[in-house]
Amino acid sequence: MRRKVMTAADVVAELRSGMTVGVGGWGSRRKPMALVRAICRSGLTDLTVVSYGGPDVGMLLAAGKARKLVYGFVSLDSIPLEPHFRAARQAGAIDVAEYGEGMLQWGLYAASCRLPFLPTRAGLGSDVPRVNPGLRMVRSPYDDGKELLAMPALRLDAAIVHASRSDAHGNAQFLGPDPYFDDLFCMAADRAYLSCEKVVPTPELTASAPLQTLRIQRWMVAGVVEAPHGAHFTSCAPDYGRDEDFQREYASAAADPAAWAQFRAAYLDQDEAGYQAAVAARRAGARLD
Amino acid sequence: MTSAVTRAEVCAIACAEAWRGDGEILASPIGLIPAIGARLARATFEPGLLLTDGEALLGQGTWAIGAQPEVIEGWLPYRAIFDLIYNGKRHVMMSPSQIDAYGNVNISAIGDFRRPKAALLGVRGAPGNTVSHPVSYWVPRHTPRAFVSRVDMVSGIGYDRAAAAGEPAAQYHELRRVVTNLGVLDFGGRSHRMRLASVHPGVAVDQVRAATGFELEVPHHVPVTREPSPAELLLIRSVIDPDGRRDREVGP
Repeated sequence: MRRKVMTAADVVAELRSGMTVGVGGWGSRRKPMALVRAICRSGLTDLTVVSYGGPDVGMLLAAGKARKLVYGFVSLDSIPLEPHFRAARQAGAIDVAEYGEGMLQWGLYAASCRLPFLPTRAGLGSDVPRVNPGLRMVRSPYDDGKELLAMPALRLDAAIVHASRSDAHGNAQFLGPDPYFDDLFCMAADRAYLSCEKVVPTPELTASAPLQTLRIQRWMVAGVVEAPHGAHFTSCAPDYGRDEDFQREYASAAADPAAWAQFRAAYLDQDEAGYQAAVAARRAGARLD
Repeated sequence: MTSAVTRAEVCAIACAEAWRGDGEILASPIGLIPAIGARLARATFEPGLLLTDGEALLGQGTWAIGAQPEVIEGWLPYRAIFDLIYNGKRHVMMSPSQIDAYGNVNISAIGDFRRPKAALLGVRGAPGNTVSHPVSYWVPRHTPRAFVSRVDMVSGIGYDRAAAAGEPAAQYHELRRVVTNLGVLDFGGRSHRMRLASVHPGVAVDQVRAATGFELEVPHHVPVTREPSPAELLLIRSVIDPDGRRDREVGP
């Protein structure tokens, strides 16, 4: 069986500028931040980013990687508004396709089922069709004849998601309370890359956790990256919660260009090991205070 | 001895009343005062309601704000919540940044959508919620900036939009009530326009009119929002919000 373990740099090397990339997780919860950081360090540009958005969107915008956003919301959860997202929107600096949360799910599901669209009530009567003039209606061919919104498939060139555990082949496990829509992101993508807290031998996946935690199967996955604390500073229950203190530092830095330059120098202008070391040193410093 | 009932406590009761009669459905309160209200409703007059821990677990019993339920009765990750929304067995209370006379709301962007003056959250679940199941709103500061003649980006749809968009939009559309720091409003006016249903104790009708940026329908007699009973007050103060967070969100 093919082993798919690779590095974050290997993942970035398989991506191209201009691609449509889906990002798993939800808000500031279990985001594949190690892979996001690797993209931020790369030469990639002009990405279309599809996400239930959190700091993944903010970081990619701050690094100038995204040309277009496709989203239902962008939020840091405990901090409702994402500062980089706000700045980019208010500068008119980014193309957007804003959909209802359920519409986004339907678009990913249509793509994963290889259908051109799925019908939905969500969005009818709202301004979502006004700001997405490409959206079309569809009439039921049955006796009810109802006119519904036809949510187009959101096909992805690539998806990145973060799981709790995975084997070397991409059979992945979510130990937290919510798998979010990561399996849909993987199935909607030509190639899906999965980072995880730990790569384990296959038998370990079911040694201590129920079968239902095995949400992602190897046929969905092109590459596996072991990235401990790879969702930091978003949550990855039960291994760790959101680093609220770090998120506050991120959000206040993001609101001010000089502070952001400092933040970037302290944490982001280095590889993943450097980032994690800086975070650990920060935490140790906080304990000494 | 109990101290005087605060405005926040009246607001919590007014939010709780939104779920009266709902039976065995998911109550989804967004924000602190709606969360107190939903837990209060279930602990008293609406015991069949389902409530989440704010993430993916359905809990039984009555637990404090910031605490976790002791008994888990179900698993409700986002995927299952979406299915439940499409199925209709839910009544959500959301907090809009703008709302108009027909109940159209905006949580997405203030100003021109392409280059907003203020980018907010995005439309989130509002487009789907409002065409799928009952929806109520909580507005902690009732001002003309929130109650506007026209919202900038219709995220959740009101009665005029639902009627114009046809049966699939209108079939399950139902806006129950809007609770604010000043009173309770419903959509019982002409053509489902917003109507003043009650004013909180100590609030004058003209105060609500002045804080509303469109012509509000006001009946001849405007009742006063009921105050919590001693048993309800005890639940709010001792069980649901013992730290008194409610009074920091809504002033006296």
